[in-house]
Amino acid sequence: MLPKTPTGITGLDEITHGGLPTGRPALVCGAAGSGKTLLSIEFIVRGAKDYGEPGVFMAFEEKADELKMNVTSLGFDLEKLQNEKLIKIDHVHIDRSEIEETGEYDLDGLFVRLGYAIDSIKAKRVVLDTIENLFAGLKNKAILRSELRRLFSWLKDKGVTAIITGEKGNKGGLTRQGLEEYVSDSVILLENRVSNKITTRLLRIIKYRGSYHGTNEYPFLIDEEGITVLPVTSALLNNEVSSEQTSTGIPALDDMLDGKGFFRGSSILISGTAGTGKTSLAAVFANETCKRNERCLYIAFEESPQQILRNMKSIGVDLQQHINKGLLQMYASRPTLYGLEMHLVSIYKKIRKFKPQVVILDPITNLVTVGSVSEVKSMLIRLIDFLQTEQVTVVFTALTLNTVVNEQTDEGVSSLVDAWILVRDIELNGERNRGLYIMKSRGMKHSSQVREFIITHDGLDLVDVYQGPDGVLTGSAREAHKLAEINNEALRKHIVGKKDAEIERKRKVLEAKIALLREEFDSVQEQLNKSYLEDEMKEEMLQNKSLQKNQKQAN
Amino acid sequence: MYIAGYTPKAVLALDNLKKYCEEHLKDQYSIEVIDLLIHPQLAEGDQIVAVPTLVRKLPEPIRKIIGNLSNKEKVLVGLNIRQVKNHDA
Repeated sequence: MLPKTPTGITGLDEITHGGLPTGRPALVCGAAGSGKTLLSIEFIVRGAKDYGEPGVFMAFEEKADELKMNVTSLGFDLEKLQNEKLIKIDHVHIDRSEIEETGEYDLDGLFVRLGYAIDSIKAKRVVLDTIENLFAGLKNKAILRSELRRLFSWLKDKGVTAIITGEKGNKGGLTRQGLEEYVSDSVILLENRVSNKITTRLLRIIKYRGSYHGTNEYPFLIDEEGITVLPVTSALLNNEVSSEQTSTGIPALDDMLDGKGFFRGSSILISGTAGTGKTSLAAVFANETCKRNERCLYIAFEESPQQILRNMKSIGVDLQQHINKGLLQMYASRPTLYGLEMHLVSIYKKIRKFKPQVVILDPITNLVTVGSVSEVKSMLIRLIDFLQTEQVTVVFTALTLNTVVNEQTDEGVSSLVDAWILVRDIELNGERNRGLYIMKSRGMKHSSQVREFIITHDGLDLVDVYQGPDGVLTGSAREAHKLAEINNEALRKHIVGKKDAEIERKRKVLEAKIALLREEFDSVQEQLNKSYLEDEMKEEMLQNKSLQKNQKQAN
Repeated sequence: MYIAGYTPKAVLALDNLKKYCEEHLKDQYSIEVIDLLIHPQLAEGDQIVAVPTLVRKLPEPIRKIIGNLSNKEKVLVGLNIRQVKNHDA
């Protein structure tokens, strides 16, 4: 395995699976302003700060102050690092007008300077930016070329990991002077592509000795923290998945989703026509996430965060408290501000920093103003794939446009997501109400009911749909039908009450009759008993008399 | 004169320089030889990249003549030494 030196630049070490090959020179080329100097200075500074590797930056272009200024704007304190002997900056300035070439010479002066700089701080990293400037100062190209060859071989002997920058010329080839011939271990190309008036920065690894690398283009951005490269360009589809389900914040909706809610780390699309409450749903989901003490990142492409906060307050959802606690971060971004790639990198960066459990993009439909549907789809695939590896749940809201979200054919974005909730208008009797149903939810049992979706001051709720004799009823028709049913129920009870009273009366009458009959029966019984008793007494008396008679006769 | 060790180029350059100075500046010169192998930190000050380099600081502007000094004309022009021509009276 080739030993690698991590660059410390976000995303670049992932793409190269570890960094640049240790102890070898790498060529970074690109047109003016493509970010070469920044990449190389970040390599040195991060090497010193994060990996404890001192570095030498040999600048053939910018003067001392310029370099310091450019780099300070990134938050790097060059002077401090120099004082701590972690970095040495050497400015090589060649003024052609000063020089007269007479006869054979070599560049040992440069070697000595470089060697001295490296040895003085025991540097492990070296940058030569831009060494092609030597060609502008010195006339003898043959000597220059052979000396450069010698230099790169010398660098390898020194055992330092070096970045050589070269400017891309107009003629073709990667660099003006053909440096790629000598520095052939690894070559990174930086480009600025303009399309539809939007600039996208792209990094491509053209060559990487001895190691596997992706040959794709990776978008990157430069901001106040340096360079961030987006390391995701393809969906590998081999992520771990979670079986944990999280609540949506609306118990009725959870019921429709197997009683528990969405899978953690899944992707969810909420689509509907304008004004159907998609943002509200997304906000309630965010609220629920924060209530669980998990972090949520909300990226708004249409409304400003203040608007959303205010609107959600009116339905009883207070998101401001979560922002204050640091659980919720909201960002607004006009789609036309960047290209799709830049949006993706900037989202990736925020996610890396904030590490949310849930990410919401609301809405994604206007991203098609910046790219075609297939480009938007490709961007979302990458985002979903990246988020799934991190087990982060992502929610997209989308306006129902036939191209982006097509209910008939499942083309567009809806084919990518794990779960799809549709909110649609139901127009009936001059009134418009919202209905919600679950179009799909992979991996779980879900309700196929269409339920009415209502938004009140206390939040969102799903109401059972009323089945009237004429079909589904919503809104005021539902209310009316409800009242009618209550009426009927009351009436029925009333009638039943009356019937009950009637039966009760009859029962009482019958019971009275029974009581009477019983009494008769009892008295008859008594009489019968009496007569038995009388008969018995008579019998006894007769027996006594005959006994007495017999006794008398005997005497 | 900046050199990086007494390489053949350096030796040749020094020889050439001595020759020109003897010829045109007899007894009015002194040559300072700085060996960068011994004093590497001095290369930065005068911005030395190539060796051998002959640096003339005064009169301004600074002139750097690099190479083994085999081209006499160039060296003399570079050093602002004009050749003294013998006129026929």
